[in-house]
Amino acid sequence: MDNQLLITYLPIAVLLGIALFLAVLLPVLSLSLGPKRPTFRKLSPYESGMTPIGEAQRRLPVKFYRIAVLFILFDVDIILLVPWAVSFRRLGLYGLAAMLVFMFIFILGDAWVWKKGVLEWD
Amino acid sequence: MEFQVPSLNLLIVLPVLIVTGWGMLLMLAEFFIPEEKKSWAPWLTMLGLVLALIQTIGLWGYNGGTFTPKGGAPMVVVDNFATFLNIIFLLTGILTVLISIHYLRRTGLDRPEYYMLLLFSVSGMMLMGMANDLILVFLALELLSIPLYILSGFAWPRPDSEESAMKYFLLGAFSSSIFVFGIALTYGSTGTTSLPLVLERISDAGMLGLVATAMLIVGFAFKVAAAPFHMWTPDVYEGAPTTVTAFMSVGAKVGGFAAMLRVFVAALPQLGEAWVPAVAGVATLTLIVGNVVAIVQPNIKRMLAYSSIAHAGYIMIAVAASVNSPDGVSAALFYMLAYLFTNLGAFAVVIALEHKQGEGVMLDDYKGLGKRRPWLALAMAYFMLSLTGVPPTGGFSGKFYVFRAAIEADLLWLAIVGVITSVISGYYYLRVVYLMYMYDGEGEVVANRALVWTVGLTALATLVLGLLPGPWFDMARDAALQTVQMVAGG
Repeated sequence: MDNQLLITYLPIAVLLGIALFLAVLLPVLSLSLGPKRPTFRKLSPYESGMTPIGEAQRRLPVKFYRIAVLFILFDVDIILLVPWAVSFRRLGLYGLAAMLVFMFIFILGDAWVWKKGVLEWD
Repeated sequence: MEFQVPSLNLLIVLPVLIVTGWGMLLMLAEFFIPEEKKSWAPWLTMLGLVLALIQTIGLWGYNGGTFTPKGGAPMVVVDNFATFLNIIFLLTGILTVLISIHYLRRTGLDRPEYYMLLLFSVSGMMLMGMANDLILVFLALELLSIPLYILSGFAWPRPDSEESAMKYFLLGAFSSSIFVFGIALTYGSTGTTSLPLVLERISDAGMLGLVATAMLIVGFAFKVAAAPFHMWTPDVYEGAPTTVTAFMSVGAKVGGFAAMLRVFVAALPQLGEAWVPAVAGVATLTLIVGNVVAIVQPNIKRMLAYSSIAHAGYIMIAVAASVNSPDGVSAALFYMLAYLFTNLGAFAVVIALEHKQGEGVMLDDYKGLGKRRPWLALAMAYFMLSLTGVPPTGGFSGKFYVFRAAIEADLLWLAIVGVITSVISGYYYLRVVYLMYMYDGEGEVVANRALVWTVGLTALATLVLGLLPGPWFDMARDAALQTVQMVAGG
């Protein structure tokens, strides 16, 4: 039983082997056979594009990040609310009570965020 | 399928509800109380923690569970094991508040959020000891950790505090993911996450069960800062505000061990042959790394970080002994109780010397403390002796019980490693004593009343645990028996 299960995975193993083989072979071939003419142009980051200005790591305004974090919170809230609403009848009073507790905690967090001025853009 | 309302008994989880509710109450209070009257937050926090402590002590001797799905085992268990640990967590919280009040004011970190996060973290720790389901263990672990990630970055905008928060968060998230993978594999091999059911089915799980166990060990070892998963500890402990370091070094560690003992002793004893050598190996490595590297640390916070790694090693010995010795779990519990007082006391002295944020934390700042502040120096010397394990201190009694449990469990070599590394640890602990009494030095010491009280209380508790360990160890034994009975009862 176990062996049969493993045999069904054999093609994947073969594929992995071939992929690994090619992944090693092709760069080696290209490195050893390909011609190399290192000129100034060829060594620049974008051979046929603009010369880069400045660093790649720049400072970004943190506001966007803050909004993104808040979005996750609301998203998780919705993810919980939808299945609860769908099975509202079956969950009954217990579900309602649990959801009310959850919503209380969630709204408390929202109020706190509001109070702290996170929702202000400037 | 009809939905079944799980059986509820909210009274027995009241301490956790109080702590969580109090955190939310603080959030609400912040809306209505004006900025100028900030001093309410610590005292209100203290009130909540004391109420929860009274409630917890009242639950001593209770044995039961709640949140039981139909035909299943309870998700939350309240037995003496959980109650004992909850007392440790609440005491940690109370003592942390005591050492925080003045420190936060003089370093300009006095924001009510500190106390809210502290309360939420304490509630996570309490759930760690009560969780009887791997999913709940994970939730508790996150509830414990996420406030700590924020708290270690609380000294914003000081860069090393931010660095510490970032490192802790990234590595913590990584280890959590390994832990969840372990839970997933446990579920895959046994079809359940409930610990009593895992106990019944794990022996048929084969290879998958072993891999899951290994991953759970990694997750816990990270939380308790055991080598080789300790790399984050020194940097995080050094960068975080000292009060947070004190809280983390006790609370997070005991929390990790709480769930580790529950999961490994109550659910996975049949795999003991596999995980006992692994835990023993981790303990050995932890003891050697923690104690040897601590020797070269010039900063006392880093030194205490490595010391806390080393102490995780001693508790690990007890965990390794807990399958084959009836006293393994109780030795771990007693050790954690003694460690709580000793370590928080030592950190209280560190905070007294840290007159400005990040200043006064080098070992050289302790020169001449014996003349400047004889009582404080005496207390610090006593804490250092306790951490080394010299009688009559709580640290000595703890080590005694741990090593005895190890010998009972046929782990004599592990006990020998523990004794040898204890001797090594004497070098760096006693150097603090040496610096305090054999040199002259200048330096400001800020010891306000709450801090002095904390130092006094913790020193007294350490002394009591050192002179009269018997009754407390019997208490720990009562707490541990319940866990073993659960194993027998399935």
